[in-house]
Order: sequence, then C-alpha cells, then structure tokens
Amino acid sequence: MDTKQEVILSVRDLEVKFNLRGKVLHAIRGVSLDLYKGESLAIVGESGSGKSVFVKTFMGLLDSNGYVSGGSIEYDGKNLAQYTQDKQWRNIRGGQIAMVLQDPMTSLNPLKTVGKQICEALKLHRNMPKKQMKDAAIEILRDVGIPEPEKRFSQYPHEFSGGMRQRVVIAIAVACNPKILICDEPTTALDVTIQAQILHLLKELKEKYDLTTIYITHDLGVVANVADRIAVMYAGDIVEIGTCEEVFYNPQHPYTWALLSSLPQLGVKGQELFSIKGTPPNLFYHVEGDAFAPRNPQALNIDFKERPPYFEVSPTHKARTWLLDPRAPKVEPPESIRNIRNLKPLLNPDFVKTAAGGASDE
Amino acid sequence: MNEKKELLLQVKHLEVTFGNRSHKFRAVDDVSFDIYKGETFGLVGESGSGKTTIGRAIIRINPISGGEILYKGERISGKISRKKDKALTRQIQMIFQDPMASLNERAKVDYIVSEGLYSGEHRPSEGDRKKAVEESLSDVGLLPEFSSRFPHEFSGGQRQRIGIARALIMEPEFIIADEPISALDVSIRAQVLNLLSRLQKERGLTYLFIAHDLSVMRFITDRIAVIHKGRLVELCDTERLFAAPLHPYTQALLSAIPLPDPISEKKKKLLVYDPSIHKYEDNPPTWTEIEPGHFILANEPELEKYRRQLEKLG
Ligand SMILES: Nc1ncnc2c1ncn2[C@@H]1O[C@H](COP(=O)(O)OP(=O)(O)OP(=O)(O)O)[C@@H](O)[C@H]1O
Ligand SMILES: Nc1ncnc2c1ncn2[C@@H]1O[C@H](COP(=O)(O)OP(=O)(O)OP(=O)(O)O)[C@@H](O)[C@H]1O
Ligand SMILES: [Mg+2]
Ligand SMILES: [Mg+2]
Repeated sequence: MDTKQEVILSVRDLEVKFNLRGKVLHAIRGVSLDLYKGESLAIVGESGSGKSVFVKTFMGLLDSNGYVSGGSIEYDGKNLAQYTQDKQWRNIRGGQIAMVLQDPMTSLNPLKTVGKQICEALKLHRNMPKKQMKDAAIEILRDVGIPEPEKRFSQYPHEFSGGMRQRVVIAIAVACNPKILICDEPTTALDVTIQAQILHLLKELKEKYDLTTIYITHDLGVVANVADRIAVMYAGDIVEIGTCEEVFYNPQHPYTWALLSSLPQLGVKGQELFSIKGTPPNLFYHVEGDAFAPRNPQALNIDFKERPPYFEVSPTHKARTWLLDPRAPKVEPPESIRNIRNLKPLLNPDFVKTAAGGASDE
Repeated sequence: MNEKKELLLQVKHLEVTFGNRSHKFRAVDDVSFDIYKGETFGLVGESGSGKTTIGRAIIRINPISGGEILYKGERISGKISRKKDKALTRQIQMIFQDPMASLNERAKVDYIVSEGLYSGEHRPSEGDRKKAVEESLSDVGLLPEFSSRFPHEFSGGQRQRIGIARALIMEPEFIIADEPISALDVSIRAQVLNLLSRLQKERGLTYLFIAHDLSVMRFITDRIAVIHKGRLVELCDTERLFAAPLHPYTQALLSAIPLPDPISEKKKKLLVYDPSIHKYEDNPPTWTEIEPGHFILANEPELEKYRRQLEKLG
C-alpha cells in the first residue's frame, strides 16, 4: 500500500458505554483507528466483541441507552463524537457515511417499490431533477447486478429473493453517493454462492463509485477476498491490526491465532475441530490485563495484571500483546495456522479444465 | 466406511408440492437417496432448493405428493399406524434451522427440552423427566441450573445446544440436523460440530446434515448429495466429490467457498452456474450411477463427457 495515505476518518481513544438496568456495560474500551481514503478495511471478531457498536458511533446510530463516554471521531474537520442532535447527523448519514446491514428486510420499506426507495435516496443526497431520477435508479440497479432493472424498478421488496434484496439495499446505499460504505455482515444471511457474488459486486462498486469500505464479519474466510487491512476486535478493543497478508500470514495476538485456527478450512477429517475455550469477559465488570488471557492456555502472568500496549511489528502492523515485549518468552503460533499459505482451492482448477464446457467463468 | 452397510433410510422418487391447483409449485422433484446406519449424510444446495422440505417430509410434517420413504425397510410415508407414528417420533428427531425462532420463547428450558417426552407411549414420572432433562443438558455441555431459564437468556450457541438437547432426550437413532451451525459464530460452530461428532461415536447415531457451506461439510460427512431447485444433481462419497465434482452446479458451489488465504483467494476464479448450458429439451437427463457410488443427473452426451473426465483423472 501507499505510504502517504490520506486519512478520511480518525478515531482516537473511543469509549462507549451502555446503561442497562442500573448497571454500566463498557462496550468499547479505548479504540483508535485511522481509516484511509479508498481502502477496504475489515473488522473481525466474535459475537459481542463490539464491531457493530464501534461503527454505529460514526453515524450516531447507538441505541438510546448507549453513549460515547470518551475519545474523538474526526471526519471532515468535525468531531462526530460530540454530535448530540439528529440535525447534526443528517449531513453525515447516507450522504457521507452509509451502512448495509445483515438483514436486508429491516432496511427496506415493504410498502414502497424498490425504484421509489432508490429515487428518494437520489433526491435527498444528489439533488437530482425528477426527470433524470428514474434513469439513474435503473442504472444503479443494473450496477448492482439486478437483471431486467426496468421491470424490477416497479416491484416491491417481497418480490425479490434474499440475495437480490441485499443487492437492492446496496443500491440504495450507493444512490446516496456516500464517501464511506459500511457493510455490517452483508452476507451472513446468504448462501455461499450468493455471498461470493455480493462480495465481488461490492469490490466493483468500490472502484466505480470511489468508496472507502468497512466490512464487518465474524468469518475470517470472507475477508481474505475483500480486505486491504484487517482489524481484529476482542472485548471492545482492537487487539491487532495490519494488512490482510500480515494478519493471515504473520499474526501476533493469541486471539488472532485462535480465530484463524477456528477456520473450518484448516480442519482435518476425523479430528476435533479447534474451538476457543471459555467465554468472553463480562463487560459489566472492569477488565484486568489482556482481556483474552483467561481463555489463552499460554497466557503469561503479566497478561492477568496489566493491559498490554500496542507493539509495532511493521509500520502497518501492530498488536496489543505482551508476547511482543522483548522480555517475553518465545511462544510459537499454532502449527495449523502456518498451513494457511498452502491452502488449495477446494475446486481443483485442473479437473475443471478437463471438462469441455462445464460452468462458465464469471 | 465399513463393508457391511446397513440401510437405515430410503428416499425413493420423493416429490413434495406446495400450493393449490392453479399455483402449484414442486419444491422437491424425483429425489432418491439412501442413508446407511452410522453415517453422516450431507445435503447441500442454495437457499430455497428444498433441503428443509426433504427433512420435514422425512419426519412427516410435510405431506408428500409422490414417491415413498422407507425406514429400516418399512414404509413411513403416507398413512401409518398410530403405534408406528409414536415409535418413529422417538427414533427420528430433527434439529431445526433457526435456533432463535424454533424455541418457544415463553416456555422454560426445562419444558422445552422435555416436551417430546409428553407425547410418547409412556409418560415418564416427574422424577424421571427431571433426571432426563438434566442428563441431556449435560450431554450438550449446559448446566442443570439452566433448566429454569427462558430461551432469550442464552447466546446463539447455547440456544442451538438447547435444540440439540431436546432432540437427544428422545434417544433417537437418526437425527436430521438442519443448518445447525449456519447462524453461529465461528468459535461456537466448532463446539457444536465437535459435540455432534462425539455423540455419534458414543451412540452410533446416524445424521442427515443439511447445510449450504461445503467447507464444513467436508470434515463431518461421509457422503454428500447436492440439490438444485428441488432436484438432486450429484451424490457421492465426500472425498470423491471434492476430487471429481462433475456437475457444473457442484463446481460452482465449490468455487464459491471462501479460501482464507489472501493471495490465492484474490486469484481464485468464481464459477457461476448457468442452467441453460444443459440441452435437455429433446434429451432429458436421468439419475445415473456413473461410477460406483457416484450418482449424477445428466443426459447421454453429458454422461459421455463426464466419463471421459473421470478416465483422465484415473
Ligand atoms: N442497546 C444495548 N444495550 C446494552 N448492551 C448493548 C446494547 N447494544 C450492544 N450492547 C452490548 O455491546 C457489546 C458489543 O455489541 P455489538 O453489537 O457491537 O457486537 P458485535 O461484535 O457486532 O457482535 P455480532 O457479531 O453478534 O453482531 C455486546 O456485549 C452487547 O451485548
Ligand atoms: N409451507 C410452504 N408453503 C409454500 N411453499 C413452501 C413452503 N415451505 C417451503 N416452500 C418453498 O419450497 C422451496 C424450498 O424451501 P426449503 O425451505 O425446503 O428450502 P431450503 O433448501 O431449506 O432453503 P434454505 O437454505 O433457505 O433453508 C422454497 O421455494 C420455499 O419457498
Ligand atoms: Mg454486530
Ligand atoms: Mg432450510
């Protein structure tokens, strides 16, 4: 990647808390992140690690019992962390930062045709004259890979299959002409063939519309395809961040090791699949030391006492683990994840070549 | 697998139709397969291809409109005696697809897990019932205290295990697991899969495992059937299917599996299945055993091509 990159969004020491039945849950615990213009960043981590909450703060979409209790979010010269009113957010939502959610049905209005919903976005965010809107909307529907867009324009969401609906949601997001597109588990509800197509589509749209994208997922396999950089979240913190290659081929944090080891593609038939023991920490309580220590069989003593700082592995790669301290004993990553480099595609390309015809290339 | 395979379930020319006379929709069309005792049989295919419908036809929730289903050689589809119905309810259990939607939100775990026992021949005493609940919860790694809680107080993985516990309490021989892990986090997925394979070893269970993700299926199934729009297109030993996937739809499924390796994944070719490549108008396909244990839906010219491919592979 380029070394002199323009930062489009800059988060510093972000803290997010939720009030819940008289108790306080500390969901984001001091997270900093620079998002570079034009990059595609993936945020991975298990359920409850704070991925969604983190990105919701960029759009003022936290549930009403949640609030930013510290830190800053710089965007376009403004500190979004200090926004308090919907009026302020109106300029950001959609037009600057747009979001695609896991369940397409929740983001679509079942009572309005798909075309109407895209036109509304065009009107609001692009100030487009009415005459041009229909053509523009059809063009976008075509861009997201919907066949017969002229006909589909006047259909309702329920007339689309799950995969097609997700394309419509993406079409609406793109119609707003955002700078940053956040996709929160955009493909979890879809099956693998459709998932692969949607990821492919998102990559194309990113080029065509000059987008900066953030993907959120708990499936590391999905991000190998789409991410320039990967941030690994655990218990409300980014514990490791680096380029896609760095995180897959040279991971440093024991939690990243565990996450990679859980990939089914690394399993061996007849043997137990790797699983992370225990449960993540309860964020109602103060977390001491390295939050992953209780689940890490090789944790050091200091892991239970003191929170590790970030150690730099390369200018683009850092991790919060005491293992990178010069005084730490040498601990090797598990054998299995070293095989990642040698993974073969499940479909043997040579075998496919022997077939005259067969499935056609995309 | 061992040599003396014992047939447990036979599905013959199964057809399931939905809708009324004017809007008829065939969700399952001429589907045939056998499942042997002790094996894990996988059923994969895209959303809406009819996987759940087949599972529900086997446990007799969905009425069938054609073909028949045999269990241990006896017909279990259509009209059967009350006694047989009760016995089958015990022997064949289904773990349902969506752990969020399939548990009764207003009932406590204690009732949810033992619900099936109430419908049996012999109602257990309250003491036996409590003991059975405790045992099956511990089988799936849940604490006995959990029995007094409600489903919404559990995580996704725990709820999925509650679903498994309620199947296990019936001491079934055959379990239909409908996407038991798709909705789960990667770290919990492995836990549930390990649990299912441990139970299989301990109890000699037979599984019909439904999923759309072939990467997981590879590690847990002995054989896999691929379904597309209600029809089986290929059926084969798992390892062989990965080595010699003949049907273009099977190939497309395999090509779509994400490869967690940034360099090879970015180079990977995605295949898209286009059903119009088949020229079936004058030359319809048949379900043919192309090599021992390897079935495929194809017409004569296609079979010829596939045979040549297999020859080259050796
Ligand atoms: N409205 C809320 N009230 C209380 N706690 C909340 C609320 N929303 C989120 N949380 C908590 O904040 C933490 C982070 O949640 P978040 O939704 O960001 O997780 P996630 O990483 O997106 O997980 P998933 O992969 O399951 O979507 C969790 O512990 C969650 O329970
Ligand atoms: N009760 C029903 N009435 C009408 N149509 C139905 C009914 N149940 C299923 N179908 C239809 O039958 C087809 C097959 O559905 P099924 O649920 O078996 O698919 P599936 O392969 O399990 O898909 P998924 O992977 O999404 O679970 C779908 O087109 C579905 O809409
Ligand atoms: Mg989330
Ligand atoms: Mg289903």
